[in-house]
Amino acid sequence: MESLNLLFDGFADALTPINLLWVVVGAVLGTAVGVLPGLGSAMAVALLLPVTFSLDPTAAFIMFAGVYFGGLFGDSTSGILLNTPGNSSAIASSIEGHKLAKDGRAAKALATAAIGAFIGGLLATTVVVFFAPVLAQMATLFGPAEYFALAAFAFLAISAVVSDSMIKGLAALGIGLALSVVGVDGPSGTSRFTLGLPQLFDGISIIVITVGLLALGEVISVASRIHRDPNHSQIRPSGRPWLRPSEFKKALPAWLRGAGFGLPFGVIPAGGSEVPTFLAYGTEKKLAQRNGDTDFGTTGSIKGLAAPEAASNATAGTAMGALLALGLPTSATAAIMLAAFQQYGLQPGPLLFERGADLVWPLLASMFIGLVVLLVLNLQFAALWAKLLLIPRHYLYASITVLAMLGVYAISSSTIDLWLLLGIGLLGFVMRRYAFPVAPVLIAVILGPLAETELRRALSVSEGDLGVLVSSPFTITLYIVLAAGLIFSAVQHLRRRKAEAQQQDRELVDA
Amino acid sequence: MRKHPIRRTVYSVAVVVIAALAFVNAASAGGGATARTKLTLMAPASPGGGWDSFARENQQAMRANGVVNNVQVVNVPGAGGTIGLSQFVQMEGRNDMLMVTGGVMIGAIQLADSPETMEDIVPIARVSDDYAALVVPADSPYKTLEDFLTAWKKDPGGTSIAGGSLGSIDHLMTGLVAKKVGIDPEKVNYVAYSGGGEALTAMISGTTTAGMSGYNEVAPQIEAGNLRPLAISAPKPLPDIDVPTFKEQGVDASMANWRGVAAAPGITEEEKAEFVEIMSETRKTPEWQDALERNNWTDSFMTGDELDKFLDKEIRRTKSIVEDLGL
Repeated sequence: MESLNLLFDGFADALTPINLLWVVVGAVLGTAVGVLPGLGSAMAVALLLPVTFSLDPTAAFIMFAGVYFGGLFGDSTSGILLNTPGNSSAIASSIEGHKLAKDGRAAKALATAAIGAFIGGLLATTVVVFFAPVLAQMATLFGPAEYFALAAFAFLAISAVVSDSMIKGLAALGIGLALSVVGVDGPSGTSRFTLGLPQLFDGISIIVITVGLLALGEVISVASRIHRDPNHSQIRPSGRPWLRPSEFKKALPAWLRGAGFGLPFGVIPAGGSEVPTFLAYGTEKKLAQRNGDTDFGTTGSIKGLAAPEAASNATAGTAMGALLALGLPTSATAAIMLAAFQQYGLQPGPLLFERGADLVWPLLASMFIGLVVLLVLNLQFAALWAKLLLIPRHYLYASITVLAMLGVYAISSSTIDLWLLLGIGLLGFVMRRYAFPVAPVLIAVILGPLAETELRRALSVSEGDLGVLVSSPFTITLYIVLAAGLIFSAVQHLRRRKAEAQQQDRELVDA
Repeated sequence: MRKHPIRRTVYSVAVVVIAALAFVNAASAGGGATARTKLTLMAPASPGGGWDSFARENQQAMRANGVVNNVQVVNVPGAGGTIGLSQFVQMEGRNDMLMVTGGVMIGAIQLADSPETMEDIVPIARVSDDYAALVVPADSPYKTLEDFLTAWKKDPGGTSIAGGSLGSIDHLMTGLVAKKVGIDPEKVNYVAYSGGGEALTAMISGTTTAGMSGYNEVAPQIEAGNLRPLAISAPKPLPDIDVPTFKEQGVDASMANWRGVAAAPGITEEEKAEFVEIMSETRKTPEWQDALERNNWTDSFMTGDELDKFLDKEIRRTKSIVEDLGL
């Protein structure tokens, strides 16, 4: 319980009126950059860094905490309303979230996302407070073989998203893998499909692909039909931002499951929040199929939004724990926050909790305060945000195009990225036109490179010995679970076929 | 709208006036700027990396002491800085822009066969250095550099070394050490990671036999007893760092991860002298001295002919190492 006392001391340091002002400023700024596609919280922290030099450390940390989590609250807002996720961590939330908005429940979807983000962040920060050293050890258990096993596992676990039409799903997966191999290959230095353009050496940014496929693809698709279905020229935002108790009860397990997926992933470098968000989404979809829920993919499922949103913030929370306890930045934002902490004499790393106790506890307390402020802020603004959809479609979608282009240009000020965005947008339009699912493309872009590099690293260290892939308890367990899952679903599939066949026979007999 | 023609006229006049003012302001700001009033520092990397923090520390030191009134940092990430370089080369004659550069860029130029090279820009100053360290996990059987080298020579393929991306200082230094101790650099089993953090877990978890990484990145882990340093790439022993150099241990290899700034091509001699003056003034500020200490950077200030000679040597050496590594 010593941690608890220290944490309360931290709260005492952090909770002053002026610090509360800073956390609000940070939260608003963070949400703003989160909403804009392409602008991430890394950029926001970088820009704020010089501003915070004149503040005392606690005030600066509390502002960073607001920005850090604010970005994650904000990125799903644009995803839900406009199908334009502000960051790759919100891709999975956008799938069902936007369907809810289209169904006229935008305010409700935003509230679900905000509460999900809050729960995920809260659980993760609590875990960090009590188990930071354990988290640090977990991270070191992960070698390339473990990563590869994880990627293979995630591929199959997420296949639920693909399974609507096998062939179309696999085609989309192929498109994603093709996009993901562009760039200079890390292990060997060979350039692949770069057409000799140096701008493509680092590959195609996931932001460009996401914004192109989801936002621009949607815009072109709406534009192509704007005269054909005039009745739907506007999404009617109705309903209150509050969840009914029954809905709350429905969403709660999804939030918790999502957070469960997110927690371990934050600790793993190179994991990022994309994999756990998709795992959470896939699980909810599987569960819904089993329970006979039909709102998935039609009117939008609250659960399908709640789980990935909680997962993404839980990842962010434990990622902060890994940063503090290990000194390992697991994302660009974490890297720049590491630099920021060092400015104030806080050296994240294994010795942090012994040496920097006077700074680290106020920082953890600020994370809690930041989350509460963001929850209040986002619930208040949910109804207001939803009003955005009252803007007539042609204005709204024109501004989405401008914002998408601006956001992508802001990442690396490269015009090639804009052409790519346009090309991928057209691809998104064609895929929509012929009813290809878009999600598998994004999954392939996220998991493909992870699986490839880690497999090659594992084999390079072992000098080509395949045995290394199944040499640790973790990998063996994962592969067993994987095999069991495959057999289970195969048996289920066969049984269902048999049942259907029998039913058909019976119907024939009846007839 | 049609009911209020006057309001509408007033509104459009206001829009025109404000727009006109904005244009005039933008034009004058662009035209009259000199390096002393407004300076743009281009960091050819994304926020959070070494070049970015170098640029931002400089920005801070310049601004706080009025060396330059208004300093901005622009990030142009990609391909080891060569994307930023190719953009910068096109800014001919810009006397209000500096680009951060360093050893990593020379490696990246060689690796990517970039059409733009260091010869296309005007080097202004080398400012600070940091060094790479060879480390092994705490439970590794190799206690000294000699132990490690013996094992490495016996089995270069089975002795994997984790480090930063291909062409980085970590990679080049690994190749250089291999060559100096008589191992074919092409046989080195170097496992490239895209960031320091990722490479660090590979070292701690014992995935690879050893790691070559920026000393500052591994220092906390060394202090906590998770990693053991075997040697550092500095040319001379460093007063604050209790790790012997490669040279002290009989391996004639040293390499600095140096950082500095360069100006766009086509600037006049006076403008170049002004930039050199700005950098010298910045170096003397207390903020910059503080930044050196905080980041564990070694002051290696160098300008003029000395810098040109240094660059010549660096480029030739990098070329030969990259060839030896078989890239």
